[in-house]
Amino acid sequence: MALMKLTRRKFLIAGGLVGGGLAVGFGLGDDGPENAALQATTSSGEFALNAWIKINKSGEITFAIPQAEMGQGVYTSLSMLLAEELEVELSSVTPEMAPLAPVYVNSTALMDTLPFSDGHHQGEATIGAWGMKKIAGMLGVQATGGSTSVRNAWEPMQKAGAIAREMLVSAAAEEWNVSSSECVASKGTVTHKSSGKTASYGELVEAASALEIPDDIPLKPANARKIIGKSQPRIDIPEKVDGSAVYGVDIDLPNMAHAAVKLCPVFGGTVASWDDKAILNMPGVIKAVRFDTGVAVIADSFWRAKKAVEALPVTFDEGPNAALSSEAIFAEFEQQLASDEGRSYADRGEALEKISQADTVISATYKVPFLAHACMEPMNCTALVSDNDVEVWMPNQAQTLIAWFAEKAADVPAENVKLHTPYLGGGFGRRLEIDLVVMAVTIAKELKGRPVKLIWTRENDVQHDMYRPAAQASFKGTLTSSGEIDAWNHRVASPSVTRSFTKRMLPWADSDMPDNSTADGAGNIPYQISNMLMEHVPTPLEIPVGYWRSVGHSYNAFFTEGFMDEMAWAAKKDPLEFRLDHVSEHTDFTAVLQKLKEVSDWSTPLPEGRGRGIALHESFKSIVGQVVEISVNKDKEISIDKVFCVIDCGTVVNPDTVKAQMESGIIFGLSAALFGEITIEKGRVVQENFPDYDMVRLNNCPEIEVHLAPSGRPLGGVGEPSTPPIAPAVVNAIFAATKTRIRELPLSKHGYTA
Amino acid sequence: MLSLTINGKKTTVDVEEDTPLLWVLRDTVKLTGTKFGCGVAACGACTVHINGEPVRSCSVPISDAVGTKITTIEGISDGNLTAVQEAWIDEQVPQCGYCQSGMIMAATAYLKENPTPTDEGIDEAITNICRCGSYPRIRKAIHRAAKQMAEA
Ligand code: FES
Ligand code: FES
Repeated sequence: MALMKLTRRKFLIAGGLVGGGLAVGFGLGDDGPENAALQATTSSGEFALNAWIKINKSGEITFAIPQAEMGQGVYTSLSMLLAEELEVELSSVTPEMAPLAPVYVNSTALMDTLPFSDGHHQGEATIGAWGMKKIAGMLGVQATGGSTSVRNAWEPMQKAGAIAREMLVSAAAEEWNVSSSECVASKGTVTHKSSGKTASYGELVEAASALEIPDDIPLKPANARKIIGKSQPRIDIPEKVDGSAVYGVDIDLPNMAHAAVKLCPVFGGTVASWDDKAILNMPGVIKAVRFDTGVAVIADSFWRAKKAVEALPVTFDEGPNAALSSEAIFAEFEQQLASDEGRSYADRGEALEKISQADTVISATYKVPFLAHACMEPMNCTALVSDNDVEVWMPNQAQTLIAWFAEKAADVPAENVKLHTPYLGGGFGRRLEIDLVVMAVTIAKELKGRPVKLIWTRENDVQHDMYRPAAQASFKGTLTSSGEIDAWNHRVASPSVTRSFTKRMLPWADSDMPDNSTADGAGNIPYQISNMLMEHVPTPLEIPVGYWRSVGHSYNAFFTEGFMDEMAWAAKKDPLEFRLDHVSEHTDFTAVLQKLKEVSDWSTPLPEGRGRGIALHESFKSIVGQVVEISVNKDKEISIDKVFCVIDCGTVVNPDTVKAQMESGIIFGLSAALFGEITIEKGRVVQENFPDYDMVRLNNCPEIEVHLAPSGRPLGGVGEPSTPPIAPAVVNAIFAATKTRIRELPLSKHGYTA
Repeated sequence: MLSLTINGKKTTVDVEEDTPLLWVLRDTVKLTGTKFGCGVAACGACTVHINGEPVRSCSVPISDAVGTKITTIEGISDGNLTAVQEAWIDEQVPQCGYCQSGMIMAATAYLKENPTPTDEGIDEAITNICRCGSYPRIRKAIHRAAKQMAEA
């Protein structure tokens, strides 16, 4: 059966659906790559109605999801958007991972995480930013991150459903020779109202696919929605309770070999010498491979590969970073903060003058360490390299980048790269990185024609991550005579994640440029402060840093909400009321605080030894407020008893998923607040595995109560926004209970046990 | 050659005696529902049952498993979901899902010994890590499964 030929005009429409004028920007023609990518996944008997949906003659509906499923429930949420407008039951829609194509570019992630949007950075010539924009455009990143999955798909997914529905209705109307306004679509069937004639989507699909794609179909008003906004069971859950879900680490291919690695423990170090002969006779060993930063053994099972690589004698040239330590890094932050350097992200009024003239200045220094992602599924990548092509199976968050680097590492033409994205056992930003694909392809290249599955051990993972940056902040603040904030000066020193990330991709693009992510949640806080100066001092380090769930918000919320609490106590005001006073012009922030006050029973005092702390933070376009109740004794045994969480993420697609993401983000942030610390000594990471990089477990996990408070603001993200407020809420609760102010994480550093 | 009984089936494997049960299950027998998380008995992702007892298979040399009855996530149900698995769906527990085989194996063993679970008992018995933070739902699901099993 011939495939529908998409015309240029149709492509402009389809391309236009993904926003940002991408279709035009990529100069689409009839034979554009999108067309090829879509058609490649359309088997005979199926018709490509548009870039997103396929319906076959038996009425089965599959649609391409451009995002990876990593536990955020995106397969379900996006299916809901489509089913709503397509007028089918949720259960009749089957999502499949989208083929790699510019049509699926996640434009929201680009706009948010790369600095070129220049959203709140103030006044710097952004030639570097311009360069970044070019690169971003070139890359056309298909990525899953920045809590953007649903935000990015909200409109195109519904539009796609609406367009397909209209085409099916038109096809029926034409066939019956009636006007389409006399027909309705419901549950996968079109009905002619007066005659009662019906036709299923499957019966109509062939006729529909010959029609022009209609322009601009209006979406349902909110009150007509039947699926969106109502909790739906996640479609990926059944296979996640019986062991059948396939993750990257589970990939099994005919004749597959296994690889394990030993890497230079020092960042930037290289292999000086090795003795591969020493291990070649070990059981199952097929080959040893040496690359820049380490060595690999390929064997017939992972365990044999791992044992052999451990036994493989290697000496490393530790390079220029062998003396690096966390201590020295914090000393550098200290120096940077004391200098005049800095790039301002908020500058209004006369903050410095006010502070220099004030009698009483409240000042504080805050610190956070490096953190590892520690996704539950260890890093892995399977690659099959042949003379002229490469095929990769990898749990990843950035398909475009992964494919691009597979192509480079294998040295094959771009069109000969195939990438499969199975389920991700967690992502949290770690799987945006290209290190695993480059390593796996480099190793597999030495065993051409056989797939090689590379698995990192947990030790590899903890010691060779791209870390959430360590950071330090200094604050100075003053109050008016009536106890409001008069001046607020906040300086943060940290390396730029975007710079580090970009440099890994394109070493030649390394340049110092504004990076909104460094100041996110510090420059753009909601509080009404007339005199405010927030500056970030970029402090480049040789430790690779990366996107870690909520990025800059993860430390800036701890800094700002900790200091906000200090200001409240200095003003002798209730911390919640103090925040209310400073957001009076924002009805949405006020509503979140009011709701939080009510649900947490804030005004009822807690007994001795217990305390309540609050934090409020906006990130990824969602507002989250949290109140934490803790118990703590004089031996610093702390119990996080309960967390109340209120979120305003605008329109809610799947309420239960929003709740699950709130719980998840809170616990993720709590692990970091209580225990999370990656320490650098002698240029290497001290921690190795879960015993020394511990996590919250059932016994120290609080009860969590989530309330949704949609104010009607635009759709916000939900994957990350509950992480930032938890750490400050906890330290604020400790202060309320004990009058001890914690300004450095994790709490275990101060002798607390949970 | 070592002979093993996995999910009621006898099989023989040709591996070194120190090979962890986890890797025999995953790479040799191709039962990949049991997951690798840490390799040092710290996370519980690799939990299986040996003679009905929960063990962390990454730290059990295969020689110790000879002559025992090994049960993995693939072998706990006879086609229909168990009460624990059903409760996991009802409470919408999994997120990424990677830890859940181990969680379900740990919870199943715990409920067998403790048909009326307590929060303290759960805390003590189930020390697996879920990086996605599905703990509040795991707790609810265990209580729900216990109730369902009591009614059945
Ligand atoms: S993999 Fe066995 S306990 Fe973590
Ligand atoms: S569901 Fe992801 S680790 Fe537990």
